[in-house]
Amino acid sequence: MRTIIFRTIAPYLASLMVLFSIFVLLRGHNQPGGGFIGGLIAASAFAIYGIACGVAAVRRSIYFHPMALSAFGLFLAGLAGLPSLVAQTPFLTGLWVFPKLFGVEVGLSTPMLFDIGVYFVVVGAITSIALALEERESD
Amino acid sequence: MPISHASAIFLAAAAPFVAAIFAPVVHRLMGHRAGWLLALVPAFMFYVVWEVGGQARVAGSAQIYAMPWVPSYNVSISFLVDGLSTLFGLVIAGIGTFIIVYSGGYLKGHVHQGRFFSFMFLFMGAMFGVVLADNLITLFIYWELTSITSFLLIGFDHARQASRRAALQALIVTGGGGLSLLAGLILMMLATGETSMSGILAKGSLASHVLYVPILITVLGGAFTKSAQFPFHFWLPNAMEAPTPVSAYLHSATMVKAGVYLLMRVHPVLGDTALWTTILPVFGGVTLLVGTLLALRQTDLKLILAYTTVASLGLMVMLTGTSLPVAIEGAVLYLFAHSLFKGCLFMVAGTVDHETGTRDITGLGGLRRLMPITFAAAFVAAWSMGGLPLTIGFIGKETMYHALAHGEGSAIFVLVVAILGNAMMFAAGFAVATLPFFGATRETPKKAHEGPAMLWLGPVVLSALGVVTLVFGHWVGTELLGPMATAISKAPSAMHIAPAIHFNLPFGLSVVTVALGLLVLWRLADVRRMVAAVLRAIGWGPDLGFDQAVRATVRLSVAVTRTVQSGKMEFYLTVTFLVAAAALIVPMVLYDEFPKPMTWPRLTFYEWSIFFIAALGLYAIVTARTRLIAIVSLGIQGFAVALIFMLFGAPDLSFTQFMVETLSVVILALVMTRLNLDYQDPRSVALVLKDGVIAIVTGGALAALLLTVTQTAFDSRLSDFFAANSRVIAHGRNIVNVIIVDFRGLDTLGEISVVMVTGLAILALIRIKTRRAPDGAGTGKVT
Repeated sequence: MRTIIFRTIAPYLASLMVLFSIFVLLRGHNQPGGGFIGGLIAASAFAIYGIACGVAAVRRSIYFHPMALSAFGLFLAGLAGLPSLVAQTPFLTGLWVFPKLFGVEVGLSTPMLFDIGVYFVVVGAITSIALALEERESD
Repeated sequence: MPISHASAIFLAAAAPFVAAIFAPVVHRLMGHRAGWLLALVPAFMFYVVWEVGGQARVAGSAQIYAMPWVPSYNVSISFLVDGLSTLFGLVIAGIGTFIIVYSGGYLKGHVHQGRFFSFMFLFMGAMFGVVLADNLITLFIYWELTSITSFLLIGFDHARQASRRAALQALIVTGGGGLSLLAGLILMMLATGETSMSGILAKGSLASHVLYVPILITVLGGAFTKSAQFPFHFWLPNAMEAPTPVSAYLHSATMVKAGVYLLMRVHPVLGDTALWTTILPVFGGVTLLVGTLLALRQTDLKLILAYTTVASLGLMVMLTGTSLPVAIEGAVLYLFAHSLFKGCLFMVAGTVDHETGTRDITGLGGLRRLMPITFAAAFVAAWSMGGLPLTIGFIGKETMYHALAHGEGSAIFVLVVAILGNAMMFAAGFAVATLPFFGATRETPKKAHEGPAMLWLGPVVLSALGVVTLVFGHWVGTELLGPMATAISKAPSAMHIAPAIHFNLPFGLSVVTVALGLLVLWRLADVRRMVAAVLRAIGWGPDLGFDQAVRATVRLSVAVTRTVQSGKMEFYLTVTFLVAAAALIVPMVLYDEFPKPMTWPRLTFYEWSIFFIAALGLYAIVTARTRLIAIVSLGIQGFAVALIFMLFGAPDLSFTQFMVETLSVVILALVMTRLNLDYQDPRSVALVLKDGVIAIVTGGALAALLLTVTQTAFDSRLSDFFAANSRVIAHGRNIVNVIIVDFRGLDTLGEISVVMVTGLAILALIRIKTRRAPDGAGTGKVT
């Protein structure tokens, strides 16, 4: 698998895919996309990077343990439910604000936070499985 | 009082739990002297019960203090304060005060003394809740909490196997009884439509209700296990593995009386029926006789006391079972007296053990000169236990004899059992209180001397109370014990407590009892030999039975696991697919819901091509020569399905399908490389045929189901709602995403939790495999 072409191109391909996954994640509320799909794309990016350049390189580049990312995502998703308690509405009720940033109206919401949580859970869980499986090949 | 009674009672109920949190900190700061400070908590509870109970007396009726908890299920934290709960509350808090002080001295220097205090307070809070709880669910929760805290306390010395076994045994027996009680409580709720004890009591007797027998049996199941009635008595003596303060508090004065409390509490509803007055006296009487006989056989101070506790509980159950108002007065008096003298005697046994290093009655002697205060307390307590004049124990015994001697029918049998039991109890009590203290001084592991104040304060106060209550006899009778007896029997009680002795029939029976008791005490060694010989002849007991039951359960579960969990992936998959196929096909056959015949739809060119790709993928999988090719071919087929989704206007689904297919091919390929499987799949023709049939049946069934579903009319209410509201309420145009993150957010939260936990589990599985790898690879490393 470790051909020179693949190894050369893999880092660029992986970064592009991660970038694309974030794009897919953020546009998800109005266009096809969202946290789940975004997470899967990012996970495949890391899988490709791992197959090409080894697990150690992926672990270095993610910095955190992928399972920690996953736990952080779950924490974030749970956290997204809490503001609704302050607003006296049922748990996980979507709350929106529309601040103007540089003259552009941006919709910020608890569902967005929730979706980011979903993204991290999926990336973390699948990447840690994939990396753990790849690991022995490099041993 | 500056605060209301309601707040005070809730504060008192919460106080021990709060104290449980802070006890280790206080212990770290003050060492064993923390016992003095911490004892203020139960003292405060005692004061509150005293005040609130006094209020209930003045009002002349039960007081209820409630706080909503789960209003939708009609569950509240509510407390019922009447004569019965007041006395129990006072006993729990009052004896608790001295037990905490005693624990300070007894476990002085123990590494985990702070933890011990914590457990004790947890138990105290639970027990306090049991006797005060009005709502049945609250009652049950507190009830189980006492079992759990008792487990922690019995197993406190967790390094010893015997304590662990005793703790587990107590938990299984009393916890199992708790489940029976839960069933009884639910049945009671169904029968009356009330969720609180006070409500049920107000509805009156359930004796003629169709559910009466099941209610009685399940409630008795809870009460008998908790109060160690024969044949469930075996856990109580084993629980003596616990440190002595635990035995003195839980296993004599409070927890084991929870069952008696329950019987007394439900007596107005379930009592005074033929069934009640048969079952209870029989079980109580057998427990009384068996308990005292086994007590006489023991030589360990704590075990003697434990078996007499079993016997005393039997006596109380027996008296409650007669449903005679005066006999219930006797039970109340005896219960009160028992808490005082037995708590005291247990602490004495602990002090003797603590100061001499042994609890064996045959190895102790002449301690009266070395430990005068302890001896005095023990002697007075035994005096009350033996039912000798000038003590509350005497009044209790006279009252029960009076009731039984004037009762009709079977009362005479109960009377004979009571006399025999009391006589042997007399012997056992004085054996504990005199044998270690009289006679020649023996050599003991430690040099005996009087214990510190922390160790003798409790015994002295409790034994003295057994006498002092007589001085205030009139007040105790009309204000404390009388209301309790009234709450149980619903008959006005004119309890008369005075030191005076009347020379009447009950007194004559007492003389007989004492004479018998002295005889047994005189020939104690012979009696001990005799009981031991009988037990050897029987050879089997419930304690042994418990072990056999546990072993049988383990064997059964091993057998079941071996059968169900073969450890072969092939077997699991076969079973899973067959069950899935059956679940799909059986309802279709039963309700005749097969898909209707349909015409082949006209397909466009690109639909045909996608169909062709899917079929090609399928063909490639089936004919693939190596495993890897088969996996990759699976991807072809999946991609074709994703394209179909795309064509029919589900871009999100199709997008996800693409990603999932890609990743599953990658991960499956990785798994394959790890498993060291053969390059090819060497299946025999027969096996291929079998697997093929299973695959076709399961797949065909699923297809048939999908066709059937799509042929029925489509209910568009839900999708209409989402389409209409997705933009308006949730500010999103992508309905799928809005459903996932907003409308059904809680579902998604659950799903991503599952994703994460599955990831963790898979990670753990891979790690196990990796660690074992060196052995399998034969690197010669010995692990």
